[in-house]
Amino acid sequence: MTVELEIPTLKAETIHARRSPTVEALNRLLHHTSARVGMVLLGILILTAIFAPVIAPYNPILPVDNVVRRSPPCIHLLGCPADQPQHIMGIDSNFRDLFSRIIYGSRLSLQIGFTTISFAILVGGLLGSIAGYLGGWIDNLIMRTMDVLMAFPSLLLAIAIVTVLGPGLINALLAIGIVSIPIYARLVRASILQVKELDYVTASRALGASNLRLLFTRVMPNALTPLIVRGTLGIATAILDAAALSFLGLGAEAPKPEWGLMLGEERNSVFNAPHLVFFPGLAIMLTVLAFNLLGDGLRDALDPRLRGKIT
Amino acid sequence: MIQYIIRRLFLLLPVMVGILLVTFTIVRLIPGDPCVVMLGERATKAKCDEFKARYGLDDPIPVQFVRYVGNIAHGDFGVSIKSGQLVTDVIAQRLPMTIELTIGAMLFSTTLGIFLGLISAIRRNSATDVITMMGANMGVSMPVFWLGMLLAYFFALILKDTPFFIPPSGRLSSSFSLTPLAQVWHMTGLSPIGEFIITFISNSVILHSLVTGDFAMLKDGLWHLILPSVAVGTIPLAVIARMTRSSLLEVLGQDYVRTARAKGLVERLVLFKHAFRNALIPIVTIVGLETGQLLAGAVLTETVFALPGVGTALVQGILARDYPVVQGFTVVIAIIFVLVNLIVDISYSYLDPRIRIE
Repeated sequence: MTVELEIPTLKAETIHARRSPTVEALNRLLHHTSARVGMVLLGILILTAIFAPVIAPYNPILPVDNVVRRSPPCIHLLGCPADQPQHIMGIDSNFRDLFSRIIYGSRLSLQIGFTTISFAILVGGLLGSIAGYLGGWIDNLIMRTMDVLMAFPSLLLAIAIVTVLGPGLINALLAIGIVSIPIYARLVRASILQVKELDYVTASRALGASNLRLLFTRVMPNALTPLIVRGTLGIATAILDAAALSFLGLGAEAPKPEWGLMLGEERNSVFNAPHLVFFPGLAIMLTVLAFNLLGDGLRDALDPRLRGKIT
Repeated sequence: MIQYIIRRLFLLLPVMVGILLVTFTIVRLIPGDPCVVMLGERATKAKCDEFKARYGLDDPIPVQFVRYVGNIAHGDFGVSIKSGQLVTDVIAQRLPMTIELTIGAMLFSTTLGIFLGLISAIRRNSATDVITMMGANMGVSMPVFWLGMLLAYFFALILKDTPFFIPPSGRLSSSFSLTPLAQVWHMTGLSPIGEFIITFISNSVILHSLVTGDFAMLKDGLWHLILPSVAVGTIPLAVIARMTRSSLLEVLGQDYVRTARAKGLVERLVLFKHAFRNALIPIVTIVGLETGQLLAGAVLTETVFALPGVGTALVQGILARDYPVVQGFTVVIAIIFVLVNLIVDISYSYLDPRIRIE
C-alpha cells in the first residue's frame, strides 16, 4: 500500500491574489455592520435628492388646492378614504404637502453637509500644512488662533458669526465652515509633523523634489485617512448645526424646504399637529445617523489604530 | 498639586485674551457704520460724532481693544442697546437658568451614560449592549430641539391625566414668582459685585427657594427642569456611554487586569479598583468637551421650552442686533467652557499623578 503524500503547492494566482490596501480596506468596510447600514441610508438619501422631482407628488413651495390646513397624514393603504387625495405626511401650516417638502429638503441637507465640510477641509488643510511644514512663529500663530477658535462651543461661535454676517443660509454655512476649520488644521498639521522627517521624505528631497511636490505627493497622502474619517463625521455635525441655526431663524429663510427651518416654523404646532414636527426631525436624524454610522465604519476599516480616539 | 493648578491658571491668560480678541473683532467686523447701526439710518453727522466720541470709537483700534479688555476685567460689559439695561444685569438675570439646566443635563448624562457604558462593556455583545449602542447612535444623531419637542408632546399631552405628567414649558408654574431678593431684604446701595450676586441668586429658582426656604417652589422648579435637562443631556449621554464602553473594554484587555483576575480578586474589585479608574481619563475628557455641547444645547432647548435663559436672550439679542448683549454672553459662555476644561485638566492629574510631573 502506498501512501500518497499531497504536497501543497503555492499556485501563482494565490500569490498574486494579495490585495492592495485599498481593496483590503473596502472589504473591511463592506463587512462592517454599521457602515453597511450607513451606506444604505446614505444611498437612499442621495437617490432621493437626485430624483426629488420624480418622487415628490407636489411642488414643495406652492400650496396645494382643496386641503385642510395642518391635516394629518392620509395614506390610502392605511385606511384613509380613497376619495381623499393622498398626503403621506400630511399638510403643513401653509397648505403645502409635507412629504414633498421633506423630499426636496434632502437636497439642501446634502449640499449643506458637503459644502461646509469641503470648505473647512480646504482652508483647515491649507492652514495646517503651512503650520506643520514651515514651523516656527507661523506655526505658533496659526495654531494658537485655532486654539482660541476651539475655546468656543462651536454652535455658539457660529451664532456669533451669523450675527455679524446677518441671517441667511449662505452666511450660516460660512459660519459653520469657519468653526469647523480648527479640527482639520490640527489633523493635517499632526500628520505632517509625523512624516516630515521620515527617510522617504528626505530621500525625495535629496532627489530634488520641490516643497510643493513633497507636500502633495509624499506628505499629504498620510493625512488622507484621518481626513476622510473626520470629514464624514464632520458632515453629520454640520447638518445638525445648520438645522439648529435654521431652527433659530438664523439660517435658511422661508419658504425653503429646509428641515431645521420647517421644525422652527411649526414649533407651535407640536400639540395640535405633531406630524409637522415629527417628520422633519426624523429626516434630520436619519441623515445624520447615516453619516455617523458610515464615519464609524470608515474609521474602523481605514485605520484601526484610530479606534476610540476620534469620536 | 497647587503649583500645577497655578501654572495652568497662568496658561489660561493668553486663551482669555484670545477669546476677547475674537469677540472684539467680531463686533468690529459688523458691516456698516457702528453709529448708523446703533442710532438708526437717520442719525445726523453731529450726532454720529458725539456718539463716537462718547464710546471712544474715534480712538485707534489697539487703544479700543485695551480699553475693552480693561472694562471687562472691571466687570463692565456695556449697556444693552435695546433695553438700556447694564449687560451685567442681563447676564445675572439669564445665566442662572442656563447654569441650572446645564448642571441638570450634566448630572443626567454622566450618571446614566457611565452606568450604561459600564453595563455594555461588562456584558459585551449582549442584548443590553446592542440596544444601548443602537440607542447611543441614534442619540448622537438627534437634533436637541426636536427631541425637546417630542418629550414635551409625550409627557405633557399623551400622559396628560396620569401622574407622569411633566409641564412642557416655562420655568415655574404661574402660582410662583421670583421676587428680587434685594426688595425682599430691603437692600440698597449695593456694590456692583454685590448687586450681581443678589440678582443672580434672585433669578436662580433653586438658590432662591433654598435661601428663602420655599420648598414648594423648589419642587416646582425642579419639576419644570426635568424635560429640558433630558433633552439637552441626551446627546452627551450617548457620547459618554460610547466612550465609557470603548475605554473600559480597552483597559479590560490589559495585562494587569488579567493578573488581577489570575490572583483571584473578586470581579467587582478588578472592575472598579483596577479597570474603571484607568478608564476614567478619556471619559472625563469627553465630559469636559461635552460641556460645550451642553451649553449650546441649552441655548437651543430654552427656545423650545420657553425658558428665560442665556439662549433666549442671545437669540433675541441677535434678531434685535443688540451687539453688547451678544458680545457679553459669548464672552461669558466661552469663559465657562474654558474653565470647565481647566477643571477637567486638573482632574487628570488627580486620576493619573504622572501628568502632574510632565
